[in-house]
Amino acid sequence: MSETIQIEATVNGRDRAFEVAANHTLLDVLRDQLGLTGSKECCVVGECGACTVVVDGIPMNSCLMLAVEIDGRDVTTVEGLAADGHLNALQQAFLDVSAPQCGFCIPGQLMSAHALLQRNANPTIDDVHEALGGNLCRCAGYLQITEAVMVAAEAGRQ
Amino acid sequence: MKEFSYERPESLDEALQVLATSGSEVEILAGGTDLVIAMRDRSRQPKVVVDLKRIVEFYPSLVWDGDTVTLSATATMSEVVGDEGINTHFPALVEAAVVVGSVQIRNRATLLGNICNGSPAADTAPPLLAYDAIVVVAGPEGTRRVAIDDFIIGPGRTDLQDGEIAVALELTVPSRRLGSAYERMTRRKGTDLASVTLCATVDDAGVTRVAYGSVGPRAWLKTDQTGVLANPAASRESKAAVFEEIFADASPSVRSMRASPDYRRAMLRVLGARAVVRAVERLQELQGVS
Repeated sequence: MSETIQIEATVNGRDRAFEVAANHTLLDVLRDQLGLTGSKECCVVGECGACTVVVDGIPMNSCLMLAVEIDGRDVTTVEGLAADGHLNALQQAFLDVSAPQCGFCIPGQLMSAHALLQRNANPTIDDVHEALGGNLCRCAGYLQITEAVMVAAEAGRQ
Repeated sequence: MKEFSYERPESLDEALQVLATSGSEVEILAGGTDLVIAMRDRSRQPKVVVDLKRIVEFYPSLVWDGDTVTLSATATMSEVVGDEGINTHFPALVEAAVVVGSVQIRNRATLLGNICNGSPAADTAPPLLAYDAIVVVAGPEGTRRVAIDDFIIGPGRTDLQDGEIAVALELTVPSRRLGSAYERMTRRKGTDLASVTLCATVDDAGVTRVAYGSVGPRAWLKTDQTGVLANPAASRESKAAVFEEIFADASPSVRSMRASPDYRRAMLRVLGARAVVRAVERLQELQGVS
């Protein structure tokens, strides 16, 4: 039996207390324990960004963190972007410019973009490329993804 | 990932005690961007993992005191990149830190972890060597300070002994004016391990130092006292002869998927020349020469 540790964390705005196994990653726990399957498992070495979540405002690869490390922290996953059944401006912009193709990478792209817009409401295209450089899109929809982030930033300024 | 017991000490003393009682099957966790991968693929199977991120002594992670900046074991690449003083005085370190992985990786990966992990391709090893960084090591006998050139030993190996924790890196602003630059070669732009890493510094006495990695078991630091490399008017042939000596310790692996030994050796010379040119330009800017 693996060591389990009681932790408390805010997940998508909700304070939660739960037990995690010491040897489970944050991604394992989000998907298998909390049922938050938006974050994707893909490369599991930190190259693809499909598992990106935002911890205390900072985008991180949830496959490279132990779940226990979020004890006391605030985690936002892609499920935390929409409110009251409505997509947020960023998600809507992704839809409007048809940024998702197969869709697999999109939760990670959204979380990197979300973290960018939270700290820089007025990004340049270079800022977007830099912030999303750790998120690979196998469909190669990078132009549309970049456009979506710029559209969302523009919408946020209005 | 195999099972292990997770320890989260809140002071350095507590952490050292955990290490003292955990034997050798213990791994230290800071950013985890190497360790978690290694534990998942079972190349490392610790019985105990000691997470450093709640140790009070490590915060703030980055502190300037006069001409010296101390970066604790929890200082991330993103913090290095964002620090104004480091950008001013150690620009080659910023150039190396900003190309490590992606934003997500840099938000987690620590500068000291990059060194302790012992990868021959560690991006920050050449600039830390060229800037004469000191590694501060805490252990049961007290604290010792080790020149980074003595701390780095080989693939996955450092001077860190069982029971010890590398607690900080110290960088002191050089007393002479110094221009510096970092160059790396990767297969593609974006997230990739480097096939060649290289940092050059040129001071106002004409001394050039070149540190290079990813072409052998560890990164090496070499010095050109002749003034040839630092002299923009020196002939290409005379510089090539100096580089020949500097790069004599390069022994790139034939087994690497990233680049052949011949290619790496050839690119060392290209990156060396580029870095020296940029370092000289930066030195001239500092000297107010246009």
